[in-house]
Parts: sequence; C-alpha cells; structure tokens
Amino acid sequence: MPPMSVDAPEKAIPQARKITTKPRVSDQIFRGVVTAFSFSALVILSLISIFLLIQGFNTFKEQGFGFITGFEWVTFVDENGVETATFGLQAMLVGTLVISMIAVLIAVPLSVFTALFLTFYAPEGLKKYLVTVIDLMAAFPSILYGLWGFFVLMPMAEYWAQLINKWFGWIYIFDVPQPIFSRSPFIAGLVLTVMIIPIITSVSREVFSQTPLDRIQAAYALGATKWGMIRAVVLPFGAGGVVGGSMLGLGRAFGETVAVFSVLNIVFRSNFQILFTQGGNVASMIIQKWGEATPKEVGALMAAGLVLFFLTLIVNFLANQVVSRTVKSGR
Amino acid sequence: MTQTQTSAATPTRPWAPTLKDRALTVTSILLAVILDVLIVAVTPLKGKIPYFFLFFILWFIVDSIFVYRAKGQKGVRDGLAAKVTLFGAVVVVMVVASILWETIHRGLKGINLEFFTGTLRNTSLFDPLGSGGIAHAIVGTLMLIAIAIIFAVPMGILTALYLTEIKGKAAGLIQFLVQAMSGVPSVVAGLFIYAAIILNTPLRSSAFLGGLALTILMVPTVTRTSQEVLNLVPRDLREAGLAMGATQWKTVALVVVPAARSGLITATILGVARIAGETAPLLFTVGVFDSYNFNPIKGDQGSLPTVVWRGLQGGTPESIQWAWSTILALLIVVLIMFVIARAFGTRQMKRK
Repeated sequence: MPPMSVDAPEKAIPQARKITTKPRVSDQIFRGVVTAFSFSALVILSLISIFLLIQGFNTFKEQGFGFITGFEWVTFVDENGVETATFGLQAMLVGTLVISMIAVLIAVPLSVFTALFLTFYAPEGLKKYLVTVIDLMAAFPSILYGLWGFFVLMPMAEYWAQLINKWFGWIYIFDVPQPIFSRSPFIAGLVLTVMIIPIITSVSREVFSQTPLDRIQAAYALGATKWGMIRAVVLPFGAGGVVGGSMLGLGRAFGETVAVFSVLNIVFRSNFQILFTQGGNVASMIIQKWGEATPKEVGALMAAGLVLFFLTLIVNFLANQVVSRTVKSGR
Repeated sequence: MTQTQTSAATPTRPWAPTLKDRALTVTSILLAVILDVLIVAVTPLKGKIPYFFLFFILWFIVDSIFVYRAKGQKGVRDGLAAKVTLFGAVVVVMVVASILWETIHRGLKGINLEFFTGTLRNTSLFDPLGSGGIAHAIVGTLMLIAIAIIFAVPMGILTALYLTEIKGKAAGLIQFLVQAMSGVPSVVAGLFIYAAIILNTPLRSSAFLGGLALTILMVPTVTRTSQEVLNLVPRDLREAGLAMGATQWKTVALVVVPAARSGLITATILGVARIAGETAPLLFTVGVFDSYNFNPIKGDQGSLPTVVWRGLQGGTPESIQWAWSTILALLIVVLIMFVIARAFGTRQMKRK
C-alpha cells in the first residue's frame, strides 16, 4: 500500500518564547516601591541618631566623658551673660538601671508563672480570656499606668515599703536616711513591673508553647508529674526565650517616661537606697528639664536622649538575638 | 466457625480527677479560707492584700497535707507548682481589674454631656467639672491618629510585604531594624522631631509634627502584625496566582493582600491603640491648646493625653478629677479599638 500522501496542512510552528527571568515593568515598579519603603526603618533610625548627635554635639564636646560620669546638672549665667554649665548623667543613668532592675526582678517570676499557667495549667475556656487580658494590658496608655501608680498603687506600696524597711532595714539598700517612702525608686519600679509584665509574659508563652511535643510526651511516659515535666523539659528549652523576653522588658523599662515621672522624685544624686524618695531616670529627667531649658540645656537634653536611644537599641538588639536563637533551636 | 467476639474498649481517663479528688480540693480551699479569715482576725494584719497572700500559703499547706498522704513528696511539689503559677496569673488579673475598676469608678464621677461637647476655652482644669469639656482634645487626638495612619500604614505594610513577598537580600537587616525601632523610647521620638524639624525649619509645633513623631512609634507595630498575617496567607494561593500567569504585582494586589485584608486592618488598629495614649512625644511636638484647632499644619493642638498630663501635674482635687475623667475617655477609645481589632483578627484566623 502506497503511503498516503496527504498533505498535512502546514502548521505554523510558533517561535520559541524567550524564557527570561527579567520581571515585567509592573513588577519592577512594585519591587522598587516596596524595597524603597522597606528601608524607611533604616532611614528613620539613622536620622534620629544624626539629628540628636548634631544638636547634642556641643554638649558632648564640652562635657567630654563627664557627661556620663558626672552627677551635676547646673547652668549658671554670670553678669556678662556668659553661660557656664555642667551636665552629668551619672545619677540619672544609675537611677534608670536601679528602677529597671527592680522592675525586671519582680516581673520575671510573675510573668513566667503566668506564662506557665497559660500554657500548661489553664483550662481552654479560661485561657482565651487570660490572653486577652494580657494583650489589653500591653495596650493601656503609659499615662494611665502613671495615674494608677500615683493614686492607687503608691498608698499601698508605701505601706509595703515601711514593712520591708522595718524587717530588712539592716540591709543597706532597704535602709532610709529619713522615713519618707513616697515617690521612691521602689514604687517607680513597681509601676514599671506592671508595664513590662505583658511583654515578658507573651514572649515566654510563645517560647513555652513551642516546646517539642515529643519531649513533653517522653517526660510523661517516664512517669514525670506535670511539674517534673516542666522542670525537665519546658524550662531548659524556654530559658533563652525567658532571658530574651526579660531583656525586651528591660528595654521598655529604660525608655518609659510619663509613668515613671508621675511616681518618682527626681534628684541628681546616685541613690541605691531604693525605698527612699530619691531617684533618677533619664527619660523623665528630659521631660522635667524641658519646660524651662535654656538653648544650651536643650542641646544637653538632646545628648541625653541620644544616650538613652543607644542604650535601648543595644538592649533590644541583644534581646532579639537571644529570642530568635531560642526560637530557631526548637524547630 | 467460631464467632469472634469484639468488644469496643470504653475509653477511660485514669488521669481525670475523681469525685474524691474534687471533694478534697474543695475541702482544702474551704479550710484555707476559714483559717485565712481566722488568722487575719486574730493578728494585727489588715487589708485585702494579706488575705490574698495568706490564702495561697494556707491553701498550699492544707492541700499539701492531703496530697502527701496520697502521692508523697513528688505530689506536693507538683501541687506547689500548680498553685504558684495560678498565683502569678491571679496577680496579673488583679492588677488589670484594679486599673479598670479605679479608672471607671473615679472617672465616671466627672462624666456628663458637657464633658464630651464643650472645650476648655472658658474653663480651666482647676474648675470643677460641669462646665467645659474635652471635645477639642478628642478632635485633636483623632487628627493625630489620622496623620499617623497616613504615614505609618503604607510604611508598615510595604515593609511587611518586602519581608514576606520579596524576601530580598536586605530582609535580615530590615527585620532587625524593625525590631530595633520597636524599642525606640517615646521621648526620643519627640526629641527627634523637635531636633530635626522645629529647630531647622520654620514649622512650629502642630498636629502634623505630632503625627510624624507618633508614626515612628506606630510603624514597628504595624509591620510586625502585618508580617504575621501575611505569613498566614497559604503559599498555595500565591503559587496559584503565579501559575495562572499573573505577575507578582498582580498576585500580591489581587490575591495576597485581599486574603489578608482583615488581618491588615487589625494591624492598623493595634498600631493606633499603641499610639493613642502616647504623651511624651506630644509635649515636644504638639504643645497644648484649649480650644478647637482644625488646621493640622499650624498651631498647637489639644489632645487627650496632654489634658490628663496637665490634670495630673495640676495637683488640685479638681484637676485630678479632670485627669481621671479624661483618661476614662481615652481608655474607652483604646478599648473600642482593641475590641474591633480582636473581631477582625479572629475572622482572619477562622478563614485560614
């Protein structure tokens, strides 16, 4: 049989499409815009450092290292109108550290207990409401904490301070030169405690809830009680996250302004007697001095703001490192 | 042929508390309460706080005795852990309850219609409440929030899109910077706007500058929440979009963002809740004003947080009453936003 010679209709073979990874124009624009905006964080942070440095530069130059180590804050205008000034942040930095440490020391156990309760003990129905309460706590404005701290917490806390002073007054930090207990670093620390509890709790809860289930079940299978399981599995696993969360709380505590200002008597003297009505705080000092600041003093306050800015940046950086490392190790 | 007998095992829960366990728990709590009341009555302790602490200590002791007989030392430690964690949660709840109760209780005293409609033009904070109000401050706060939204929401959401959709080379750096930015103290944000704009340009304190300062504080919150919800959008949706031949831009604009819409609204509202009560930056950038100012570019502006602040600084009973009533108004604003954010947030979770 002869081969059928049917002329197949000539098919137009399409040209091979050029395969390219070059995005379309619309995509290029999209990527460009999004990428440009994503750098806004970088731009803002750099601008903050640059402008505060420009405004505070004279202070850094005049005061030198004394700006960090000195503990005087005086401006003096002589009869010729020449302004001489000494600015030192030591008392304020020490005060900030003292108050924040008090806050972290009290807040960490409370937050870890709450986080453990939420993750392992709370019944499902209650859990939902508790999480809402803690989220709500994070959304309260800081001036609300200031008002509450001043009018509600302080009267109670003064009584507690008196008790602590009575029983532990022989320890230096609980001693007081005069029996005045209001507006002390202790009370400011308590207000900050309340403010940082939601941060530490939510970070700890997140880390605890990522504990590998097989390890939990292994612990139970070996006969552990719930607490035995938590101690052997959850706490070692989540320790890093708790540390990181505490440092995030510390960063927040460093920068808190209005709430601390409401309940602290700011005095330029390094004071470690936490129950006494003398304390320091960089952020609150800036607010306090701002009202009647001379131009020169404004520069010094800008410099103080820069110091505070870098302090919180460093603490936050370390905290995020610790948290992300812990969270990664669980996966 | 033998018939195989199968019997379904009834599931048991040997770990569930038996009736006896529950009875013991109730008994121990009751005993602890009775002892608590007795001890507080006999000793010179006073106030609610000792009741509270003593109850936990007594409950633990009573319960430990019961548990020790049944389960030994391990059981006691287990019981202690359960009670201590409960203690932590109760303390936190008590603090929140105290804050809410005191604010509502003290704030309600000064609330009347005039309070929401009047201004402080002819009234000072040292006058008793009744004449004058905070309407101008509400307007001012809304204006500040609107300005902050205009700047912060595009910035935040686009940054989140970069981190979730483009995942460019700088993603790690941007992530780090956003985290760093969330730690910027509010006072520094205010100082920065003052240093950069008020000292360098003819612009003076106004709602616009306040909105800029608040933007700095709002961007990280919006970014982080948006990033979370964008990550929840299933990969399949993106791949389906791209497989249908859509460009990345079309996929993001028509698939990813609509899928995450309610979550993005949540992110915005959470950002607003974060900044609505900020006080410190406003003191540097907005100033205070006692009447309406509808010009966002020029002139000082009243706002709720600064009214509270001045009331607190005033120190007289009247000004403090002003502070409590105003903070109640502010708290209501924050609570409403919080509830709306929750509603949108749960909708997103459900659809996932």
